Amino acid sequence: MSSEPHYTLYHPRWYRRRVSVWWWLRKWSYARFVLRELTSVFVAFFALVYLWQLWAVAQGPAAYAQFIARLKTPLFLALNTLAFLFVLFHTITWLNLTPKAMVVRLRGTRVPDAVIIGLNYAAWLVVSGAVAFVLLRA
Amino acid sequence: MMASTSTLDLTVARYRPERESEPSFQTYEIPFRKDWVVLDALNYIKDRLDGSLSYRWSCRMGVCGSCGMKVNGTPKLTCATFLADYMPGPVRVEPLDYFPVVRDLVVDLTDFVRKLKRVKPWILREEEKPPGEGEYLQTPEQLDIYKQFSMCINCMLCYSACPIYGLEPGFIGPAAVALAQRYNMDSRDQGAAERLKILSEHDGLWQCTFVGECTKVCPKHVDPAGAIQQYKLTAATHWVKSLLLPWGAR
Repeated sequence: MSSEPHYTLYHPRWYRRRVSVWWWLRKWSYARFVLRELTSVFVAFFALVYLWQLWAVAQGPAAYAQFIARLKTPLFLALNTLAFLFVLFHTITWLNLTPKAMVVRLRGTRVPDAVIIGLNYAAWLVVSGAVAFVLLRA
Repeated sequence: MMASTSTLDLTVARYRPERESEPSFQTYEIPFRKDWVVLDALNYIKDRLDGSLSYRWSCRMGVCGSCGMKVNGTPKLTCATFLADYMPGPVRVEPLDYFPVVRDLVVDLTDFVRKLKRVKPWILREEEKPPGEGEYLQTPEQLDIYKQFSMCINCMLCYSACPIYGLEPGFIGPAAVALAQRYNMDSRDQGAAERLKILSEHDGLWQCTFVGECTKVCPKHVDPAGAIQQYKLTAATHWVKSLLLPWGAR
């Protein structure tokens, strides 16, 4: 079998449509997908802020106080809120997609998607609760 | 039965390579019947209004996978898409996205057929047992594990819904992965490692960024997006094993 399409007299010119750079605006589900891909930028933003915080802690109390003061500026409050919303969006869509990748079979039958999603949310709540407990204890 | 007197505008993409360099649209006024699907309307046009309209169809009952087209922008099997759901119209019928258009609503599927062959969608055995020893038996539970993926009718709606396939034409695509998975999960098959090698290549499953539209448009509920994500999990586990244990990955 030849690997390339065979052009004959009867198929002289096949029309190939180009994909527009705005393809993701055609449908809400495509736009939502692109937004979800964009969340990676905000995850990276949080990671950078965290590194900055570690650096400030290493520099001593004065640097750390300055770091805290910076975070309280309207710019950082706005950026953090935006980043938080995007990361939340990422987490929720991610958890909702888990049953697609995880197929669990118990005694021959497939565990329903809702159970897998529910267990993932439960685990998320437990971990978030543990982190909140550690942070708010003091 | 009395035919309804209302009509509907059906706008159809036309491409006649011998006289135009790109597709145009033509609108036909057709009678609206409650029990008509889009394919019935196309057949009406071909029989009564314009015999030059070209499109593919065969079984008209959602089994053959020939009549996939875009209806109002969404990939659909036209034999299972009722006009009543689009009333009062207009309805716009276009060829599937991302495949070269041969003529009007007919697209060329050579690319898919080539990709499908690459994933070896048949039962692979390390060694065939002689026919005298009988069939490879399977329990209903073993059948149930892959049955969903075996429902694929190669209608190409999933490729047409996949923007990744549009942007990266080399991508092996949703149906090919789902069909590879269909054989991987078959208890009689021993070719999973061989297919994994093919699917882990650059144009394989890692091109998929999980848009998820393939699953939404699938008329047979195959869930190709699920198949790809499960395969990614298998591939990643395999990779970790081969990294940690030299003997871990077969």
